[in-house]
Amino acid sequence: MANLVLKQFATPLLDPFNLELAPGECVTISGPSGSGKSRLLRAIADLDPHDGEAWCGDTAQHSITAPAWRRRVGLLPAESAWWSDRVSDHFPKLDGEILERLDLPAETGDWQVNRLSSGERQRLALLRLLSNQPDVLLLDEPTANLDKANIDRAESIIAQWRKAHQTAVLWVTHDPEQQHRVGSSSLVIENRQLVKSWS
Amino acid sequence: MELIRLTPLDLALAALLVLALALLSLKLSLGIGQRLLIAALRTVVQLSLLGLVLKFLFVQSHPMLIAALALFMLVVAGYEVMARQQRRFIGAWGMGVGTLSMFISSFTVTLIALTVIVQAEPWYSVQYTIPLLGMLLGNTMSGIAIALDNLTQSAWQQQREIEGRLMLGHTWEEAIRMIRRNALRSGLIPIINAMAAAGVVSLPGMMTGQILAGSPPFEAAKYQILIMLLIAAGTGFGASAAVWIGSRRLFDERERLRLDRLSPAKPE
Repeated sequence: MANLVLKQFATPLLDPFNLELAPGECVTISGPSGSGKSRLLRAIADLDPHDGEAWCGDTAQHSITAPAWRRRVGLLPAESAWWSDRVSDHFPKLDGEILERLDLPAETGDWQVNRLSSGERQRLALLRLLSNQPDVLLLDEPTANLDKANIDRAESIIAQWRKAHQTAVLWVTHDPEQQHRVGSSSLVIENRQLVKSWS
Repeated sequence: MELIRLTPLDLALAALLVLALALLSLKLSLGIGQRLLIAALRTVVQLSLLGLVLKFLFVQSHPMLIAALALFMLVVAGYEVMARQQRRFIGAWGMGVGTLSMFISSFTVTLIALTVIVQAEPWYSVQYTIPLLGMLLGNTMSGIAIALDNLTQSAWQQQREIEGRLMLGHTWEEAIRMIRRNALRSGLIPIINAMAAAGVVSLPGMMTGQILAGSPPFEAAKYQILIMLLIAAGTGFGASAAVWIGSRRLFDERERLRLDRLSPAKPE
C-alpha cells in the first residue's frame, strides 16, 4: 500500500502539474481525444520520456529500474497485448481457483488467446497485471470495448482489489456515469492543463 | 592448363544478352530495365577498376595502401547495409550499426584466416587479403542487412506486444527476445542454405572462377570450403553483433521502446 505523488510532472502535451493520490483512492481523468490522457499514463509508467518526478510511496521513479517501477505502478491499456498463443504462457503461474473467482473455467490457461472473447481477454489482462501486486493502477479506458455485463464485472474486480489492497487508481474514462461509479474525484485535461472537474 | 584470356569482344557479347533482357523488360513494361542496365554498368566499371587497383597493388604492395582499400570496401558495404533498410536508425547509428558489425566480424575473421590458416608471406599479401575480405564483406553484408531489417520492421509491427511486456515489468531483453531471435535466424538462413546446396545444386562462384583460371579442381574445392566456413562464421557473428547493437538502440536507459529512433518507412 502506497500513495502516488507527481511533482512538476510534464509530458509533451501537458504543462507541469502536481498530483497526489492517497492509498485506496480512485481518481478519474477525462478530456478530448488527443489531449494526452494515454500519454500521461504512459509517462507515469515510465514508458515515454517526460519531465518531473513521480513517487510511489517513498520510492522515486528514477531511484529504481524501470521494470521494477512498472511492476509497482501497473498500466492496463484499452487493448491488451498477447505475444504467445496459449493463455498460460502470459502468466508466471495461473491457478484454477483465481480463474473461477473471475467467472473463468479452470482450464482457461490451456486456451488459445485468439479464442477469448473481449470480456475474457480484458479480465485476464487485469488478472495478469494484478498478479504483479502493484501499489498503483493506471487504467486507460479499460472497459471501452466491453458490453454492460462485462463492464460491471471489470469494475467490481477493480473495486474489490482496490479496497482489499489499498491500491491507488488513476482511471481514464469518457463515460460520466462511470466516473461517478468508480471515482471519488475527477480530473479533466483542458488546454494542456490538468484541472479538477469535481470531487 | 593455360588461362584463356577474355577479349573485350567476348565481354561485349555477354553484355548483348543483358541488353536483350533490358529490351524485353521494356516490351513487357516490367519497369526494371533501367535499374538492370545501371547495375550491369556498375558491375563493369567497378570490377574493371578493382582489377586495375589490384594490378597496381600487386606491384606496389604497401600495407597502408591495402588497408586503405579495405577501409574503402568496409564503408561502401556499411552504406549498402543502410540503403537496404526499410526503417533505418536516425543519425550516425544508421550507418554505424551495420558498419561496426561488419568491421567486428569480417575484419576479425579475415585476419584469423590470413595469419593462422593461409599464412601467406607476408600475411597481408594483396593476393589473399583483398579477395578474402571481399568475399566476407559481400556475404556478411547481406546477412546483416536482412537481420537488421527484420529486427526494426518486427519491432515496429509488434510495438503493442513489446510495450505490453514492458508494462508488466519485463526487461527490455525479455520484451525483444523473440524478435531478436527471429531476426538473427533470418540473417543466417541464406548462408545455411548456400552451404547445404554447395556442390550439389550450385557451383559456388569462387570455385568456378578458380577452375576456369586453371587451378586443380580439388585445390579449388578446398579453398571454397574454407571460404564457405569463414563466411558462415563471419555472417553469424556479424548478424549477432548487429542485432545486439540494434536491439539495444531500440530501447533507452529507462528501457522504453524508442521507435522514434527509426526513420519512417521508405515508400515502396
